[in-house]
Amino acid sequence: MPGQRKVYAISGGVTKFAKAHSEMDFRLMVKRAYDYAMNDVPRLKAKDIESSRISYFSDHFARQLKAASMVQDFLGLNPRDSRRIEWGGATGGQAIQAGWETIASGRNDVCLVAGFETMSSVETWKGNEFIALASDTNFDYPVGGFYTGYYALMVQRHIYEFLRRKKFAKIKDEREAQHAATKEAKRIMAMVSVKNHVNALNNPYAQYPEKMTMEGALGREVIAHPLNRPAVCTMSDGAAVMILASEETAYKYTDHPVLIKGVGCGTDTMRLADRPQGSVPLFPWETKEYYSDLKYPGVHSFRAGRTAALEAYKNAGIRHPLEEISFVELHDAYASSEIQTYEDIGLCRYGEGYGFVEEGHPFMEGIEYGLKLPHKGTIPVNPSGGLIACGHPVGATGIMQGVFAFWQLQRTVGKHFGNDKLQVEGAKRGLIHSHAGTGSAVTVTILERA
Amino acid sequence: MAEVNESGAAIYKNPGGTEDLVVLSPYKINYIHSYAQDSKFFLGLAQGKLLGSECRNCHTKYATPRSHCMNCGHETKWFPLPLEGRVHSWTTCYFGSEEFLKETPFNLVLVEFEGVDSFLLSRLFGLKEDDIYIGMKVKAEFRKPPKYLISDVHFVPAAGKGSTGR
Repeated sequence: MPGQRKVYAISGGVTKFAKAHSEMDFRLMVKRAYDYAMNDVPRLKAKDIESSRISYFSDHFARQLKAASMVQDFLGLNPRDSRRIEWGGATGGQAIQAGWETIASGRNDVCLVAGFETMSSVETWKGNEFIALASDTNFDYPVGGFYTGYYALMVQRHIYEFLRRKKFAKIKDEREAQHAATKEAKRIMAMVSVKNHVNALNNPYAQYPEKMTMEGALGREVIAHPLNRPAVCTMSDGAAVMILASEETAYKYTDHPVLIKGVGCGTDTMRLADRPQGSVPLFPWETKEYYSDLKYPGVHSFRAGRTAALEAYKNAGIRHPLEEISFVELHDAYASSEIQTYEDIGLCRYGEGYGFVEEGHPFMEGIEYGLKLPHKGTIPVNPSGGLIACGHPVGATGIMQGVFAFWQLQRTVGKHFGNDKLQVEGAKRGLIHSHAGTGSAVTVTILERA
Repeated sequence: MAEVNESGAAIYKNPGGTEDLVVLSPYKINYIHSYAQDSKFFLGLAQGKLLGSECRNCHTKYATPRSHCMNCGHETKWFPLPLEGRVHSWTTCYFGSEEFLKETPFNLVLVEFEGVDSFLLSRLFGLKEDDIYIGMKVKAEFRKPPKYLISDVHFVPAAGKGSTGR
């Protein structure tokens, strides 16, 4: 990126995500993750942390306003520069980019990016209520809108646009055609649930690793049609930190820093009802003929994700992600949004996401899933298990993805996970993707092995 | 194992010998909330009227009100929405925010209206999951007496071609 200094990640730390950590409050959770990260770069001392960017989503959960101030204080970082970052699920990704900015601009040489969330302070459906308050409280929340419901509305339209109108176009009866298309989509989403839960068996930080099967993934209760339990991420208590540094500073503390090669961010309307019916912003390898009959983004796709990927690929000099990205950690709050995201970030065309899963491309080559997958390992997506299997402590999630990507590119997954089953061999570049409800903001950050 | 005392506090003993003290802390709020520039919409619902916003400059029409156009920034004016529309998307919620759990299962619907550029999120009454499909016709009904909430309007299947038939 012209006119800016290079920024590197030099260390990271994550707490094990859990339904509840009654033995640690948010301050101690961040401290544990921070101590782990500091321990990995012992030449770095607390006095060298010049600045921090601290992220958490909801004041409601902790009922403690200005909680970032308490983290800065607890870590002993007063009186240095800090800022709190928040934008729903994209909070962690935006915090990493805020850390990137303070170093790229020359303002600071070292920045601690720290995020957390404590969601166990209320019962599950009250927690869902808090999260639902991040939707329009005049028009959406009071009709019973809640996030699984909103994402269900989106995948229903995605199924209509790309399955009913294409693969199932021949069925004349509208209701029958839509039922058939939905059944197909549920099958593919179950494959995504299997992938992420099985990957997580090898991730000691994950909250819900499981040797999931297709029968298991299809059989569980529906939360909002067609999204069932295995297709939905869970609430969690957790914290994650990354330490970023300028090039000269990075090499003082580690021999293996990882470069932040490109950043991008996009946004879209708060209300699904307001999403425009326009045309697709195209990647250089796409033509408008691909999507001539598609009104976009509508409620089927994430314009914010497409916008973020366009910016990040341009900044990172990526010509095509399949050629140049080794793995992706994306924000699979829902199995459906994982599929939608493949399309937004150009791993395949809009409408080809279901086929992309079925052919096996996002699965890990060396892991056994119990599925027939002809093209396993093209580009592993969520080797960590993603949000669906790791949990989603909102303020920490985007940073957790950064830490896992950082370990992949350092080739230290084995050291930090205690096994190297999830190490993507020869990983050269990773893409992390952080996403706020229903795609109101998305960040895409490209990391590269130095 | 937790030991609970009369005030509802629980003490969890950890394997290492430390204890976590967990207390219950109720919280209730009454907000004084103005609908401000959107007030006319909610007053309209109370009168059985469905109002949208049309940009005075570029004529973008919104089914969910906004005082200013997101395409060109100009002020909008109110216009009556058709009372019939079609299902643009829908879902059946078996769970929800704690406040709405007692109403589950319920159907959410994004309604599209002829000649209007954006949609309206609402509830769809009177249909089970298996009977709803994208494209079907629906019509607005209003709650009496009104509660001055968006839920004062909801939708039901409309009669005629493209309704509950195929």
